[in-house]
Amino acid sequence: MTAPVEADVLIIGGGGAGCSAALHLARRGARVVLLERGLVGSQASGANYGGVRQQGRHPAELPIARRSHEIWRRLPELLGTGCEFVQTGHLKLARNEAEAAELVAYLDVAASHDLRLEFLDGAALRRRFPWLGPAAIAGSFAPEDGSANPRLLSPALARAARQAGATLLEQAAVTACQHEGGRFVVEAGGRRFRAERLLNTAGFWGGQVAAWFGEAVPVRPHTPNMMVTEPIPYVIEPNVGVAGGNVYLRQIPRGNVIIGGGHGMGDPAVPMSRPLAQVTLQAMRRAAALVPALEGVSVIRSWSGIDGMMPDKIPVVGPSGTTPGLFHAFGFSGHGFQLGPAIGAILCELALDGRTETPLEGLSIRRFLAPRPMPAGAAMT
Amino acid sequence: MRVAVVGAGPAGVRAVEQLVRAGLRPLWLDEAPDGGGRIYQRPPAGFTRGARALYGLEAAKATALHATLDALKPVTDWRPGTLVWDIGADPRQLHTLREGRAAAQDVDAAILCTGAMDRVVPLPGWTLPGVTTLGGAQIALKAQGCAIGRCVAFLGSGPLLWLVAYQYMKAGATIAAVLDTTPFATKAQALAGLPHDPATLAKGLYYVARLRAAGILVAEGVTPLAIEGEGERGVTALHWRDAAGRERWLDCDALGLGWGVRPELQLADLAGVPIRFDPVQHNWVPERDAMGRTSVRGIYLAGDGAGIGGADVAEMAGACAAQALLADAGLPADAALVRRLQARLRRQARFRAALERAFPFPAQLAASMPDETILCRCERVTAGELRAAAEPEGPQGAAPEVNRAKAFTRIGMGRCQGRVCGMAAAEVLAARLGCGVAEIGRLRGQAPVKPLPFIAAPEAEEAA
Repeated sequence: MTAPVEADVLIIGGGGAGCSAALHLARRGARVVLLERGLVGSQASGANYGGVRQQGRHPAELPIARRSHEIWRRLPELLGTGCEFVQTGHLKLARNEAEAAELVAYLDVAASHDLRLEFLDGAALRRRFPWLGPAAIAGSFAPEDGSANPRLLSPALARAARQAGATLLEQAAVTACQHEGGRFVVEAGGRRFRAERLLNTAGFWGGQVAAWFGEAVPVRPHTPNMMVTEPIPYVIEPNVGVAGGNVYLRQIPRGNVIIGGGHGMGDPAVPMSRPLAQVTLQAMRRAAALVPALEGVSVIRSWSGIDGMMPDKIPVVGPSGTTPGLFHAFGFSGHGFQLGPAIGAILCELALDGRTETPLEGLSIRRFLAPRPMPAGAAMT
Repeated sequence: MRVAVVGAGPAGVRAVEQLVRAGLRPLWLDEAPDGGGRIYQRPPAGFTRGARALYGLEAAKATALHATLDALKPVTDWRPGTLVWDIGADPRQLHTLREGRAAAQDVDAAILCTGAMDRVVPLPGWTLPGVTTLGGAQIALKAQGCAIGRCVAFLGSGPLLWLVAYQYMKAGATIAAVLDTTPFATKAQALAGLPHDPATLAKGLYYVARLRAAGILVAEGVTPLAIEGEGERGVTALHWRDAAGRERWLDCDALGLGWGVRPELQLADLAGVPIRFDPVQHNWVPERDAMGRTSVRGIYLAGDGAGIGGADVAEMAGACAAQALLADAGLPADAALVRRLQARLRRQARFRAALERAFPFPAQLAASMPDETILCRCERVTAGELRAAAEPEGPQGAAPEVNRAKAFTRIGMGRCQGRVCGMAAAEVLAARLGCGVAEIGRLRGQAPVKPLPFIAAPEAEEAA
């Protein structure tokens, strides 16, 4: 094999986080090479529901979510496209007293992070959102939140990153990865790449990358069951979810209603994923209970994709516990779409400056590991 | 052993016949109210046109197939009016929609006989009222006893063009013209000295001769330019160029168009059967062996859904797939029948290949459609918008394959899920990217196969 391509930073995984990191690094003048097995944004970043919300995020994620929110608002100037991001608000509904109590409890969490929330009782809900059915008894409305088109974000970030000078290689699966003499040597697509810093933004497969460096974590595949209806008159403005999260839906101005709920099935080794018919039907019932007008409508398409789910349902973000120069951001547990743009900015700071202003407490990979020395010659083939 | 057959056209009927012969009582699902497939679709009860009027030269075959279908109903778990909208892997489950209710059926094996649908090349004006596919025009006549207009033009290429025009003429419709995009020389060259299926060939020549004898304008090697009309009135004329290069206008109030058919392969795709591009058919087809076996255990394919072969091939392939299933299951199979059918299928395959060369898909017509043509009619995406998705300067960069183009433009995202426009879209994108249509892939199959109404979902089992 020929001499390795030299770079400042290598990135494994071209989802929203990896592409955003490539963009931020390239804008700072770093030589960056991103390696993506398929096309950018093919898995969780492209197949997700498209919710851009801060409401309901785990306190450990909220600082990142707040920072990402600012980037989302600036997407048109950053990327030349807004990726259909609209701040329609996010309405989280309660269908019983226990769920209502959950919404109330979160109001304090939101307040401590300057996240605006409005609590609405049943009467206020129906006044403001007359298309809601009787199932919802209370709601919490986050006016800054909204949604965007997940099919557009990663490709748009990738294009901007390329324009800024980054090298993004698609159809370039990593076949070997080593850390030798203070540098990472990665083989992909029949070529070798070498850099002092490596970013692991490989989604579910980020667990495998971490394991190559002696940091195996209990990440498992997460395959959200998604569907979309035929277009109907546009009435559902906010992005709608429920406490507990077993159904969520939003309507785009074109008229289609996008609905998620439950899990499909997948095989990360292929990789393949698909929705499950029974799960689709169950989510349809739950959605129609929230919005009775859906009873007269048809679902025209369903899909899934593979994300990484951590046991505590929050991602791994931050420096490796074993290997200097390695930084992780994976296992987003279904939350990565909104967080992705800020994750790229944070990884850029970690890689170039060694530090970031954004608090990452609670997200370190160390929470899954007893401290131990890095195995000699960490490698995979 | 629980065996399902999906489809009750020529392939499905003959598959079920063999399974019943072997002592099985298959679950038999078909979308139509009373089976028959598209080619031998039956009119609703109470319609009085006879088999001869409905099926013409194929009346004897249609009658025989219907007789077998009717005889098999009481000895099978017959469920007409049933859509299979998804197929699960483990356990093998068919997800059905019948009378507005969704249900799931566990099966050990399934023979998918899902048939074909028209191949369409969008033209400017093709979304006007009065434009339909050749297959749609034929269904209107067969199933409803009505024509698509008072003065109908037929445009396209392939055996169905001539058959439908002939059937309309026989039914008393006024035919404005039959315009074939394939030059005479192409057909003559491909079909010259082809005795593999002289009957089929003779029938085709018979239709053409009868249309010409009736004084109907028949032209070959034509290039359609635009369908003209206005919103309320619909189609008023077809603007076209004849083989000599002259621009012409044809008055008509309806237009049937089509360029052969393509397999309905979503269920095979959802079942995990590998799909390949067949350059002779110019179609994506599911991979199967000569008997209809696939690499997915328990999934067998027959009929046009397994690769276009026509109704006669479908009948034989249906019987073969059933025999393969029986043999694989260790049940008594009929080896002599299989040998006989396989020999005939091989002869038919040679004829079919010649037919494909004689009536090639007009890839160039599709690739060169004007930018302003509505390509995806469900989502109103124009050819120009799709071409823009192939430009590196676009906000998301260039889409290197068809599913990425779908993601950027919404092409193929509507109610038909790209079943109508997908092939033409692939030609447009491939031409712009400068690669072959096989390289840019196909729109991946996604459930539901057809729209699934919310009211079909059973009541939730849990309180919210």
